[in-house]
Amino acid sequence: MINSVEYFKEKFDLLQHANKDSLLGSVHQQAFNAFRTMGIPSVKHEEWKYTRVGSLFNKEYNVVLEQKPNTISEKEINAVRLPGHEEANELFFINGIFSFGLSKILSSKQLVVISLKEAAAGEYNDVVSKNFNHSSNYLKDGVNALNAAFAQEAVFIHIKKGQITEHPVYIYNITDTRSGNTFSQPRSLIHVAENAQVQMVETYIALGHSQDFTSQVTEIIVEKDAHVEYYKIQHEGRDSSMVSTTHLRQVGKSYTHTVTVSLDGDIVRNNLNVVLDAEHCEAHLYGLYFQKGSSHIDNHTVVDNVKPNCFSNELYKGIIDGDATGVFNGKIFVQPHAQKTNAYQSNKNILLSDSATVNTKPQLEIFADDVKCSHGCTIGRLDEEGLFYLQSRGISEKTAMALLLHAFSDDILSNIKLPAIKNYVDELIEKRLEM
Amino acid sequence: MNEMSAIEKTVLNDYKYGFVTNIEADEAPKGLTEDIVRFISSKKNEPEWMLEWRLKAYRHWLKMEEPKWANIKYPPINYQDIIYYSAPKQKIKPKSLDEIDPELRRTFEKLGISLDEQKRLTGVAVDAVIDSVSIGTTFKEQLAELGIIFCSMSEAIQEHPELIKKFLGTVVPITDNYFSALNAAVFSDGSFCYIPKGVRCPMELSTYFRINAENTGQFERTLIVAEEGSYVSYLEGCTAPMRDKNQLHAAVVELIAAENAEIKYSTVQNWYPGDKDGKGGIYNFVTKRGICQGNNSKISWTQVETGSAVTWKYPSVILKGDNSTGEFYSIAVTNHHQQADTGTKMMHIGKNTKSRIVSKGISAGVSNNSYRGLVHVNKKAENARNFSQCDSLLLGDKCGAHTFPYIEVKNNSAIVEHEATTSKIGEDQIFYCNQRGIDTETAVALIINGFAREVMNQLPMEFAVEAQKLLAVSLEGSVG
Repeated sequence: MINSVEYFKEKFDLLQHANKDSLLGSVHQQAFNAFRTMGIPSVKHEEWKYTRVGSLFNKEYNVVLEQKPNTISEKEINAVRLPGHEEANELFFINGIFSFGLSKILSSKQLVVISLKEAAAGEYNDVVSKNFNHSSNYLKDGVNALNAAFAQEAVFIHIKKGQITEHPVYIYNITDTRSGNTFSQPRSLIHVAENAQVQMVETYIALGHSQDFTSQVTEIIVEKDAHVEYYKIQHEGRDSSMVSTTHLRQVGKSYTHTVTVSLDGDIVRNNLNVVLDAEHCEAHLYGLYFQKGSSHIDNHTVVDNVKPNCFSNELYKGIIDGDATGVFNGKIFVQPHAQKTNAYQSNKNILLSDSATVNTKPQLEIFADDVKCSHGCTIGRLDEEGLFYLQSRGISEKTAMALLLHAFSDDILSNIKLPAIKNYVDELIEKRLEM
Repeated sequence: MNEMSAIEKTVLNDYKYGFVTNIEADEAPKGLTEDIVRFISSKKNEPEWMLEWRLKAYRHWLKMEEPKWANIKYPPINYQDIIYYSAPKQKIKPKSLDEIDPELRRTFEKLGISLDEQKRLTGVAVDAVIDSVSIGTTFKEQLAELGIIFCSMSEAIQEHPELIKKFLGTVVPITDNYFSALNAAVFSDGSFCYIPKGVRCPMELSTYFRINAENTGQFERTLIVAEEGSYVSYLEGCTAPMRDKNQLHAAVVELIAAENAEIKYSTVQNWYPGDKDGKGGIYNFVTKRGICQGNNSKISWTQVETGSAVTWKYPSVILKGDNSTGEFYSIAVTNHHQQADTGTKMMHIGKNTKSRIVSKGISAGVSNNSYRGLVHVNKKAENARNFSQCDSLLLGDKCGAHTFPYIEVKNNSAIVEHEATTSKIGEDQIFYCNQRGIDTETAVALIINGFAREVMNQLPMEFAVEAQKLLAVSLEGSVG
């Protein structure tokens, strides 16, 4: 049982002997104190109203805190690689611990990948101290604090100034559950320096048939004139649950583009924060969730307009089948003085079965008057006229449905700018549509 | 820049209903205890079951905590510093309206409500409630001929206990929330309205609420029951004198619509909002809920919220009957330091139920205006349909507009749509008007009226005029 604060206290004390006074040490300590006061969020926590994460903490897990000798074979690794990997930088987390041994860096001219400890001790000290755990300003709950407290083996990725990373960066989060239920907490801090460009793809794989719970936090700092594309593909099995946070902070006039595709899992919660902390930033957020069975998908997004003249566009689409539940919460904040903000948000849902549920809460909080903000959301079933039109032309109901749903998802998929990944996701969706 | 100042000027208005009437009042001592509950009950000469009901609510209230989730900030309320019962002192109960204290009548005349039956011409039956005690009800006989019961709550408890027993607390149970439990324990009066089967109420029914005495809270309770196939349109208006201290208003309104019945409930809420530095004003914590009990029934809420320092109000509809309809039209205006957290709940339970939400928020000064709404489609609510629209207009760069829509759908035949926008008055719009010889102030009023029109159109004629004026007054000087 890991639902007790005392359990983590023991583990935390074990880890904390060495670096208590270092920069990271004090962040860990603060985060742990925060976890102790907040505990595990219940449905009374407004941000967790529709997602019961307590049940995840009720199970027995192996909690992995340190690097263990590698138990995963080359063959197994090859089996999970994403298409296009030959031409990509590949980074591996095994049970939440970053593995330098498995990772492969092609673009060493543009990329620096070191442990967070090393970054904090060396030339990136400034970047780390300013940005590490910035997400805790936005996510005030025990899960996020716990991750920060246990982020001892976090990785630091730096995209060098003025560099265009020619090869995309693939990040694999592999959880090995063959020796029992596993709880892992990967953590990374990514710094995209001035005028740099990078495309990142993150995916999650579980090996074995026990249950796994991944609590992940990725923080990305985007400097002036930088360009970031970030794709998250969630396609783990029914035994996998996760709370996955991506915290994008645009500190200079920059461009970000994120696509989150969630196709499976037991309980999946995504937090995507985009902080527009400089003038003239642009952010695009896309998401597609397609769930069946009894899975539960929850997307919480925040677009925080701190400075004036920013633009953001958000589109999340969901298809919910079986007994599945889809949750969407999109917040747009416009801080005082963030005038001339343009922020759009849209959430569209299709319910395919009688027992599917959608809970959505598009939320605007606006403190400036010269802004254009709008949100919209719809929930319904497949357009009957469209279905009838196709059927009247001799297309079976099943195929007609697949066609319509494919078109519905295409609004999101067409925003994946890496052809290999787009085709890969397309195929996954097509397979799913054969239902 | 000139335009700015014109707007600022328009905002600095006076609250014209801020007078105090010198009427001797019969008050309970400050504070809330079981004895006070008993005191109120005995003052009202209530039967035993009513007292039990109140005490149950009071005991439950003690166990509850004040809700903290709303997007409003106010200093903690000392519930022991409030007078829970204040009634205008009248030696003998008046037999007819002519016997009412002339001072009181003047008060209502100042408010524009004549208790005199001359009001017949306008065809509105009025029940006036001052400091939570009903003063007089007009047009009673005419209504009685049709079998309509329209009287104060205390009268109803005495004369129609069977109806009160049957309906009171069925829509908003005493355990519902903190403020409704408080209300159930200490409510001193309110209006009761019963429309029998198949009757179409020939005139608008109206209640006028006024808080007069200092340090009092107003806790009124309204219950409207529309039996099969009946129709009623009900208006509610509120004002209060200007005081430096905050006053509490915690009302409960329950509507029950049987098969084919329709209830239309309109509110123009203009409690004292506090001065421009945010001093004083009414805390308006109101629970309003209606239930479409029977098939094909309809409940429609229309509200114009311009007053109160803090508003916490969510008129809701439980759509239980098949084919029933719920509507919510709202304009909430906040200026200076006012805060409003208001919206609605539409609970779709029956088949083919429809709901429509139109909410317009206007914020000026340093106020905050939030829309908070819930649309819930039950698993069995086949073919439910909802459309929600929340628009916010910001006048000035120090105010806030917020939207918190909750949408929960558990049935795949439902079609639910929600849209919201936030904007300010465009310079091009003002320019267009200026160019045609309309000065900025008038132009702004024109644009705001256009913005609010969809909701204004829902108000009964008598109210629409008043509401439109209110809107202009509340925003005087705020537009730039």
